[in-house]
Amino acid sequence: MTELKNESKVRVEVDQGRIQRARAVDNVWTVIFYLVALFFLLLLFAFAGYVIIKGFTGAKPEMFKFDRNGVGNYFFNTVYLVFLSLLISVPIGVMGGIYMAEYARDNAFTKFLRIAIETLSSLPSIVVGLFGYLIFLVATNSQPNLLVGAICVAILSLPLMTTTTEDALRSLPPSYKLGSMGMGATLRQTIQSVLIPACVPRIITGVILAAGRGFGEAAALLYTTGSDTNIKWNPASWVNPSLNPFNPLRRGGTLSLKIWTSFTASVGAEDIANLSSAILMIMVLSFSILAHYLEGRVKKKMGETK
Amino acid sequence: MSENTTAKFAVHDLDLFYGSFQALKKINFEIMPNKITALIGPSGCGKSTFLKTLNRMNDFVEGCKITGDVQLDGQDIYKSAMSEIELRQRVGMVFQQPNPFPKTIYDNVAYGPRIRGIHKKSDLDEIVETSLREVGIWDEFKDRLHKSALGLSGGQQQRLCIARTVAVHPEVVLMDEPTSALDPISTMKIEDLAVEMKEKYTIVIVTHNMQQANRISDTTAFFLLGELLEAGPTQEIFLNPKNPKTEEYITGRFG
Repeated sequence: MTELKNESKVRVEVDQGRIQRARAVDNVWTVIFYLVALFFLLLLFAFAGYVIIKGFTGAKPEMFKFDRNGVGNYFFNTVYLVFLSLLISVPIGVMGGIYMAEYARDNAFTKFLRIAIETLSSLPSIVVGLFGYLIFLVATNSQPNLLVGAICVAILSLPLMTTTTEDALRSLPPSYKLGSMGMGATLRQTIQSVLIPACVPRIITGVILAAGRGFGEAAALLYTTGSDTNIKWNPASWVNPSLNPFNPLRRGGTLSLKIWTSFTASVGAEDIANLSSAILMIMVLSFSILAHYLEGRVKKKMGETK
Repeated sequence: MSENTTAKFAVHDLDLFYGSFQALKKINFEIMPNKITALIGPSGCGKSTFLKTLNRMNDFVEGCKITGDVQLDGQDIYKSAMSEIELRQRVGMVFQQPNPFPKTIYDNVAYGPRIRGIHKKSDLDEIVETSLREVGIWDEFKDRLHKSALGLSGGQQQRLCIARTVAVHPEVVLMDEPTSALDPISTMKIEDLAVEMKEKYTIVIVTHNMQQANRISDTTAFFLLGELLEAGPTQEIFLNPKNPKTEEYITGRFG
């Protein structure tokens, strides 16, 4: 039997001192990494906590009303605008994701398309807002309105919906598609009856995430939606359509714009701005947490069935 | 009962390439109706590839090229006007891993009829019941038709997949190692089912389990390295193989 020990001339020793030092450095870095993690948590809590507490401690009851002086109408506008934007971005985004996952071939056109989608997702929102202003307002000689703002926000959430749908479809077991097409279904039938229904939980998570981001959108709405709002909740006043809350062609300032105007316009509107910030913070946080919670439930459900 | 002597599938000089790799070499074979034909051979011999040419599932593999003829009831399935949609309605497939859709048991079986345009509830109810009865799982499932199919055991899922396949009344049922992922009892149930099914359907089954081929098939075809070395009545192949390689495989000298 040949000697199995390493025959090299240079001896590689076990040096206790070196080992001790390496372990000490390792411990120090472990602490540093934990501190970084703690920093992130503290940052979020400090930031969110400060905004929410300041907002609600300075709030007077009449600020919560749905009238000229309260944030209620702005809250409604924020939700309504995001809802309108989702009506646009979800169907188009989902269909885009279906194309990328099921129809796109591996060629230069697809690569270019992918770059285009990625670029869309990093467009500065103020640029999208300006684009919306020029194309939809100036060219058509219209007043700022909710619909144009919704279109701009939709453009900003399109890439997210496309990517979410594409990833969801790609993560499905290939056996679903093979099983369906093996029975003589067309690709369209397979997508509609098997693949998309299987992706619904993940797509819903994507929708909630997009909504959360839409709530906080400000720059894109600056010139497109109009920063004030005057709506009445008494149906009798809806003879004048610009007072009808559900008319998308009316001006509709959102919470984020209210923050903007409150600080730049009148003095003493700080309390309204703080309250608006607090409400916006809560909306964004809760939707983000909701999206993560749903994601976890989807993963658990998929894991159970494998 | 008169024997139908016209072949269900007639394969002539079939070559199949995955890119530059030739997976099937000059296959000539006939599959007779209402019989169980078993395709056996070691891993990588081309038996699954050959099975998938019969319902054009190879179309989904990029770079797959086929020359030669494959005829179903005298009609070429690659070159004639027959669409692959029609082909797959007439030639169903059961896969190695049970693959029920993430839907209820009822919706799994009703899937095929629904895409054929059958939407009336009473019609679908009838098809679901007869299909599940045919596979012998009606009693087991009748009280949980609207529960998810994903909650079933492997053997139950596979039998559900068979029910789903027969729900559209195909002429041929292809089975790609349908029991290799299942326990012995489920295997036995599915083997018995296949034997019952040949009365109404033509069955082609790929199996790496020679005893299974011996148990249930009427005709056996032995594949090796992309070639069909020998085919004939199962008893003859197992008791009196003509090709020395066939004998070596059957006696376990390789595999």
